[in-house]
Amino acid sequence: MDRLEIKKIVEELREEQLVEGDILIYLLHRVQDHYQSHYIPPEIGEMVAEELNVSPSKVYEVLTFYSMFATKPRGKYIIRVCTSLPCHVPGGREIVEFLKKKLDVDFGDTTKDGLFTLEETSCLGLCGVSPVIMINDDYYGDLTVEKVESIIENLKGGEAR
Amino acid sequence: MTPITVLVSVDSNSILLGAKEFVTYLRNLVANYNMDSLVTVLETVSLGSYNGVTVQVLPDDVYYSIKSKDDVRKIVEEHLLKGRQVWDLTIDKSSIKPAEKFELKEIRIVTRNIGSIDPKNIDEYIARDGYFALSKALKMKPEEVIKEVKDSGLKGRGGAGFPTGLKWELTAKVQADQKYVVCNADEGEPGTFKDRLIMEGDPHSVIEAMTIAGYAVGASKGYIYIRGEYYNSVENLRKAIKDAYEYGFLGEDILGSGFSFDLTVRLGAGAYVCGEETALLESIEGKSGKPRLKPPYPPENGLFGKPTVINNVETFANVPQIILNGASWFKSIGTPNSAGTKVFCLAGDVNRRGMVELPMGVTVREVLYGFGGGVRGGRELKMVQTGGLAGTFIGPDKLDTPLDYDSMRKYGVSLGSGVILAIDSSHCAVDIALNTMEFFRHESCGKCTPCREGTRLACEILEKMTKLEATQEDLSYLEEIASLTADASFCGLGQSINVPLLSLINNFRNEFLKHVNEKECSVNLCKKPEKKAKAFIK
Ligand SMILES: Cc1cc2nc3c(=O)[nH]c(=O)nc-3n(C[C@H](O)[C@H](O)[C@H](O)COP(=O)(O)O)c2cc1C
Ligand code: SF4
Ligand code: FES
Repeated sequence: MDRLEIKKIVEELREEQLVEGDILIYLLHRVQDHYQSHYIPPEIGEMVAEELNVSPSKVYEVLTFYSMFATKPRGKYIIRVCTSLPCHVPGGREIVEFLKKKLDVDFGDTTKDGLFTLEETSCLGLCGVSPVIMINDDYYGDLTVEKVESIIENLKGGEAR
Repeated sequence: MTPITVLVSVDSNSILLGAKEFVTYLRNLVANYNMDSLVTVLETVSLGSYNGVTVQVLPDDVYYSIKSKDDVRKIVEEHLLKGRQVWDLTIDKSSIKPAEKFELKEIRIVTRNIGSIDPKNIDEYIARDGYFALSKALKMKPEEVIKEVKDSGLKGRGGAGFPTGLKWELTAKVQADQKYVVCNADEGEPGTFKDRLIMEGDPHSVIEAMTIAGYAVGASKGYIYIRGEYYNSVENLRKAIKDAYEYGFLGEDILGSGFSFDLTVRLGAGAYVCGEETALLESIEGKSGKPRLKPPYPPENGLFGKPTVINNVETFANVPQIILNGASWFKSIGTPNSAGTKVFCLAGDVNRRGMVELPMGVTVREVLYGFGGGVRGGRELKMVQTGGLAGTFIGPDKLDTPLDYDSMRKYGVSLGSGVILAIDSSHCAVDIALNTMEFFRHESCGKCTPCREGTRLACEILEKMTKLEATQEDLSYLEEIASLTADASFCGLGQSINVPLLSLINNFRNEFLKHVNEKECSVNLCKKPEKKAKAFIK
């Protein structure tokens, strides 16, 4: 991403701005969406700060506070596992254990091949089909360990091709 | 209109089961068979029953549960082409509607349009009296609108239960050059998915209500703050806002009344604490979402320091119907102190999960058995969590408690956001406690020490307990921490950890004692960690 692209998004979002200062988080979502490794590089964070006329430290604070943002590269696939009780109860506990073992990482870590980052998330509001995981923008529900395994294998297979 | 209409549920739960693909496939098949002039395929949001994608064929009023494209083909080739009902895919209507034997008095106010209209089509909303309430309100005086809401007895559905009319009145009374209306759509209470389904299924009801609120309190700008992960809600609301502008229900001089109102959507970014109203306002202002000191409360000093009305999605969704049908109609539903309905979300170990709107005062048992069909797999019910993770755990002995705003005070059973989570006998109370405290530790924003440290310590002790390494002193210490943290914490997050934790310990004390004294887990889930062989070699 470069400054021109950021300017373009800022201009677009200004259309939806009601008060000066209300688009920062919106903008950060849009910027991060551009990066395949799901993060906002420091120099880009600074550009965002300049474009919105806020201090870089404020942008940095926001980036570190919210779990959907990252300042370091993450895997190509971010696996967010819901660990809240309505997922935990009907089989979610086993899925968490399985994923940690299968990917050989803990929450917050990325696999050595840079493919997967495992993250824990609180309830995703899909408890009607729990247990649930999210991979990037896609949801998967009514999961069992077997289903999770085949989802992961499919993604890996797609990469190998 | 075509003679036949096929409605397919495409709420986010159904999408996970393939609903979108089924719709495309269904449309293709209909086109291939040249039935375009006979059959309309509509996407709608459904309620309940998530064993497959629910499909309704009208005017026959037959319901199907679809699990694969083959099922779709069967329905097209048998039912639509030949008029023969596909019996093996048919579901009993009663499995979609609540089982009769409990005579659930389902009353649909906030869910009235969900599943019946295409949420992306403003005309369908208008056809069901949409924006009539706005037009009516704009002909009333702002004070009259507030009085109607006040008289209705509507209280906040986001958890705290503050009277909505009073909140509006407080905001209206403050003199300011700018005021705001904010919708709290940061739904994060585990087990809650009602706001999501309201926004996906009937986005205009929220827009209409917020515009009415703006008129009533004298605000010209509004924000809907939606969880960053709720892509479908964001999409539907953005579309709905765009259409409302085009039709003149938003923007300058709405319906020629001279009143102007601008509305926009903002996204969260993964922080449960942003559901707390002042943290949410911070987040809209582009800051990290840490709660503010209260007072001052938002009606006085809210967004960008201006008077602000902030209400939950479900609270707002009630407003148009109150304006249309009047306060006394609304008050006649529910219980004396808790007017109207509540949308309950049923999750966990039950036969049927989903959401259902019932009058306030309905019992836990009615929801669990009448709607949910009881515990899954014929297991025994061990406990029910009501109100969300900040709510209460109750044993089967309390199932007949009526749920309303008084049930916490009267019976120690929380209504909260309307979650009913069933937990069967295969689960361990200590493990449940650990999971609950891990949630609070994970979501603690770290602003104040009691919450940050209290949740960490509680997790440590509970972890020890699940490894069967804790002592009875640890258990006493845990209870102490729960109370201390609740007393000393800055915001509602830390202040509420004692409720779930102590209700678990009090209801299942024997189980906790067994873990610490006899080093035994009743369901054999908690085990001593295996000693590493290395330790001996060293
Ligand atoms: C930690 C915490 C999380 C909360 N999360 C939500 C939420 O997700 N949605 C919501 O509507 N209210 C939530 N609330 C309650 C809000 O602070 C506030 O009471 C509510 O938005 C007021 O709207 P109402 O009066 O319509 O319920 C939360 C409160 C706390 C303390
Ligand atoms: S109680 Fe917890 S969530 Fe609330 S301000 Fe303190 S640390 Fe943050
Ligand atoms: S608890 Fe996992 S989606 Fe709600």
